Amino acid sequence: MTRAAPALEMRGIRKTFPGVVALDDVDLTLEAGDVHMLLGENGAGKSTLMKILSGACRRDGGSIAVGGEAVEIASPRDALALGIRVIYQELSLVPQLSVAENMFLGALPTYGRRVQTDPPCTRHRRPFTRYRRPGPFGPGFGILNRRALREQTARLLVDLGLELDPAAPVARLGLAQRQMVEIAKALSTGHARILVMDEPTSSLTAPEVSQLFDLIDRLASRGVAIVYITHRLDEVFRIGRRITVLRDGRHVTTRPVGDVTVAELVQLMANRNLTEHFPKVPAPRGAELLRVEHLSSAGRLFDVSFSLHAGEVVGVAGLVGAGRTELARAVSGADRFEDGRLILDGGEVRFRQPADAIARGVGLLPEDRKSDGLVACLTVARNIALPHGRRLARFGVVPPGAEAKLAEPIADDLRVKAAPAQPVRLLSGGNQQKVVLGKWLAGDVRVFVFDEPTRGVDVGSKVEIYNLMNRLTARGAGILMISSELPELVGMSDRVIVMHRGRIHAEFDRGAATEERVLAAALGLPHPVPSEAAERRRVEG
Amino acid sequence: MKQIGRQFGTLVGLLALCAVLWALTPYFLTVSNLLNVVEQTSINAIVAVGMTFVIVSGGIDLSVGSIVALSGVVLGTALQSAHALPVSLLLAFATGVACGLTNGALISWGGLPPFIVTLGTMSIARGAALLYTEGRPVSGFGPEFRSLATGRIGFVPAPVILMAAVYLAANFVLTHTTFGRYVYAIGGNEEATRLSGVAVRFHKTMMYGVSGLTSAVAAVILTARLNSAQPIAGIMYELDAIAATVIGGTSLMGGEGTLGGTLVGALIMGVLRNGLNLLGVSSFLQQIVIGGVIVVAVLLDTVLKRKR
Repeated sequence: MTRAAPALEMRGIRKTFPGVVALDDVDLTLEAGDVHMLLGENGAGKSTLMKILSGACRRDGGSIAVGGEAVEIASPRDALALGIRVIYQELSLVPQLSVAENMFLGALPTYGRRVQTDPPCTRHRRPFTRYRRPGPFGPGFGILNRRALREQTARLLVDLGLELDPAAPVARLGLAQRQMVEIAKALSTGHARILVMDEPTSSLTAPEVSQLFDLIDRLASRGVAIVYITHRLDEVFRIGRRITVLRDGRHVTTRPVGDVTVAELVQLMANRNLTEHFPKVPAPRGAELLRVEHLSSAGRLFDVSFSLHAGEVVGVAGLVGAGRTELARAVSGADRFEDGRLILDGGEVRFRQPADAIARGVGLLPEDRKSDGLVACLTVARNIALPHGRRLARFGVVPPGAEAKLAEPIADDLRVKAAPAQPVRLLSGGNQQKVVLGKWLAGDVRVFVFDEPTRGVDVGSKVEIYNLMNRLTARGAGILMISSELPELVGMSDRVIVMHRGRIHAEFDRGAATEERVLAAALGLPHPVPSEAAERRRVEG
Repeated sequence: MKQIGRQFGTLVGLLALCAVLWALTPYFLTVSNLLNVVEQTSINAIVAVGMTFVIVSGGIDLSVGSIVALSGVVLGTALQSAHALPVSLLLAFATGVACGLTNGALISWGGLPPFIVTLGTMSIARGAALLYTEGRPVSGFGPEFRSLATGRIGFVPAPVILMAAVYLAANFVLTHTTFGRYVYAIGGNEEATRLSGVAVRFHKTMMYGVSGLTSAVAAVILTARLNSAQPIAGIMYELDAIAATVIGGTSLMGGEGTLGGTLVGALIMGVLRNGLNLLGVSSFLQQIVIGGVIVVAVLLDTVLKRKR
């Protein structure tokens, strides 16, 4: 039997950055219709491999063949012309433009040539060589055909089963909807053959994840080859057909998903046994650090009350949009709130700005590290030292080396795999997150507000972050941890409060918090047995 | 919708300003004075068209004033050496576009900050204009050319008609072409636009080319009005153009802005100057007032945006 040429064949790919071998002799083969899980710890080389595929970055050695033909991918335009589509983890839409304009940004329909109108994704059978690169303005003189744009968009959205308003500006959409726009955009120019998704579910809620997986199934059955990068092992077994594991820039294995178990997979990725997924070490519960009373903010938070004690991790569960991030930002002085009180160490505090909160020992690890957590162009050391400038400086002058002296032990402690003098934008997601954490470890912060502390972070770094949380609570700190990952919430929290539409809907003690109960409460279902904690709150209140 | 609201706000500001001047001086609201204001505004308004393209795309162009001077002296010398009018105009436009494209290429392919590149061009083009004319103005042109400034269609002065034509054409490009979409897209998120397969460097270069072209068009009107091409013309034009653009609601962060807003912004500055002159306010005080208006306009915009 003769087999069709694989959709993609990357052979012996090699890439070095100054001082680092990022990829060393890596192979990746994709068949049409494959859902290929690309796995590995942070720094394993997954992102670099995908950057080479997408033309964002040049390879130093090896060969790439698409549909059996050797190709050269020198720029994102080349990759697009070959039918390669990448959906980035950090969403890359233009917020000021509409859904339709974003979806067709690289190929806006113009007058002068008939636009491609047949449904996308079915076009993969057409030889890609017939795809002609249009001029820089598109066909003709580049006069926009708005009607065609509207029709094309509507047709594609129907085809993909997505309910979005083509005219809505992307700035008005939520994260999950933006994700859908990203995918629709990737498929907008017809002949998509290879689709790369980098942690697409990290900001999605459970029903949205199902919707996404349905879409992936449909695309795969139409013959699109999908590369799926994830750190969530349950997803591997839910939708994956084959896996490839990378470790330290090298290819470890490629095999069908049916041939591996979770334990094997973790071992392959980490090359060490991670027996305890959630290494929770309960700390003695101390005095009350923070009490939130009747916190309200129009339309977003309604009468939120809870307390956080020394040595405690309080998990905050809820769907996207339930008000969790708003709560984190209000508590840490990032946003103001309209009504209610914050009581810190028994005294009422008012935070007019984050600096006030930091001065009182409240530090926020923001949800979006790229836009809120880091100054990407500054070095690891400067980022860590950023909140401590006043302490480091003498009469406003920062002594040379002071930042590095402050940052180095912290970076070592957190096992940040980078030199202190390296700009953080060159670091992988897990290492960047450790740098953001490091900012608060140098000061006297005792109330940590962690908003999605392990989003986009690999298994190994996750465990390191959990261990860090244990050390912090042992030292008498309190942690408010917002997370969309139920196992993490249940596994690491001493108590879990569940938010629904801006209100606290339920509260569970460690023993009572199961994934099922927390999820049910997050969905707004009435839970049958009131927990001890809620009961106690009622008695006290 | 938001942009329409913002533009409407600027328009209300302009009308309010007119109302105040109408109340203060009887000479303001006469047909001849109003036409005079629009005519005087036309040069800044046309330079601000290119500036709007550049600022919406997230850049800045400080070289427009010097490009006006250089295109002007190229035009003047060509006319004096008895080139036909269309040839001379073409030479002037080519000069402006070439300066703009050079700016754009250095910014896009050279990876330099727009501020630095155009600051350099500002000095280079000014020096070239002075060198080319040995520092002397080039004066005395034929009536055919002068009619570009003095002519009228009906009662409307030619510069006003030229300005209207430039705005209509540029607005079409900005709102109805792929190039226009890319201006907003690049200003909104350059990396996302690049990853969408848009030839970002090419388009950025073209945007500065547009700015060079509108500067050259302004140079034609200026030279015809003065009946003289001066190498020291157009000093501080870049600041007037930036002010008109910003008063008109274009965000210096890129990604937002309209040409309608820019036109109203340019008119606000023109009306203000005219009104202060009519009221006999000293030119020293005028500068203070105009500076204050720029800051207050942007402050209002920022405050309103924050509320929303």
